[in-house]
Amino acid sequence: MAHIRLPEGIPGILGPMAFSPETAGPLNELAEVLLRAPNTLPQADREMIATYVSSQNDCHFCQSAHGAAAAHYLGGNEKLVNEIKLNFETAPISDKLKALLAIAGKVQKGGKLVTQEDVARAREQDATDKEIHDTVLIAAAFSMFNRYVDGLATWAPTDPQMYRENGKRLVQEGYVQATERLLANT
Amino acid sequence: MSHIEFAEGLPGIRGPLAFSPATTKPLCDLVEVLLHAPHTLSPAEREMIAAYVSSENDCYYCQTSHGSTAAEHLGGMPRDYQLIDQIKQNYEATPLSDKMKALLAIAGKVQKGGKHVTTEDVERARRHGASDKEIHDTVLIAAAFCLFNRYVDGLGTWQPRDPEFYREVGKQTARLGYAGRDWKQPLPAMTTTSK
Repeated sequence: MAHIRLPEGIPGILGPMAFSPETAGPLNELAEVLLRAPNTLPQADREMIATYVSSQNDCHFCQSAHGAAAAHYLGGNEKLVNEIKLNFETAPISDKLKALLAIAGKVQKGGKLVTQEDVARAREQDATDKEIHDTVLIAAAFSMFNRYVDGLATWAPTDPQMYRENGKRLVQEGYVQATERLLANT
Repeated sequence: MSHIEFAEGLPGIRGPLAFSPATTKPLCDLVEVLLHAPHTLSPAEREMIAAYVSSENDCYYCQTSHGSTAAEHLGGMPRDYQLIDQIKQNYEATPLSDKMKALLAIAGKVQKGGKHVTTEDVERARRHGASDKEIHDTVLIAAAFCLFNRYVDGLGTWQPRDPEFYREVGKQTARLGYAGRDWKQPLPAMTTTSK
């Protein structure tokens, strides 16, 4: 049971978002800019960073929702998403994404843990200042979203099919629209 | 030295805010609603939660600027600044209300991780009159400062140590809030302080 009275039957972050529309607006806008708006980092990579941080924070809802969005971008490759969560260094992804995931993993533990070496490694793989900035902010943002979702003890469904459908919606409609439509139907 | 290149002379979060306008808008809209907009918790109380979480995350820029903003909301006297220091050291021993202590306890749990918040923590806050909205907002303020603190420290931003600078930040922010501000403007106290 959630710590506060949230609308019935709405999973994960959508409960608190229905409870507090005035904060849901900027939260969804932030997710949209970071994860879905045009960027030199592919949307799949940005969703993987979100998924990896959420997995390190042990947030079931966020890692499943964003893992499903990442897999949707990758033609349904859920296996790759799981490999990244288990050990991204041995996963078949680019050296650049590995370097960015390493930075994200440091940010998840604490901002001060990011070293000059971590940043130099990303730069060696041609990461730009903006890509490094966005990686730090995605990891920081999911340090917030995960705490918001778990700190209120929201309901996290276990059915993978629910997350697949939700991931597809997020990819197709975006964070602002998909959330507005879902909340309008409840 | 910061991890990426920021405009000269912009301390703390102001460097990243000026660097990335597309993310700055939702971040500032969020913090405006959480800390400055009308609420049953006073702006000072909400800034205290932000300062406390930032102190637990050991983020110098955020704990000092939000601590100053809280103190300036209270009147900006030395005793107001002392209260903020006491909250960071041990809020349970301060003259704050039992409700604020219960909300700070929840915020401290969120800082460690969302799953640390227990039913007992929430019951304690309710017993002292906290509403669902106040509990929700406390959790989201604490979570948001786990974002801001990581953003500021994760990019290795420049964080001045001059207390006068932070008093200036506190006075300005207490007055102007967060939304729609021009973060590229250097603060008056900064123009005489070399980097």
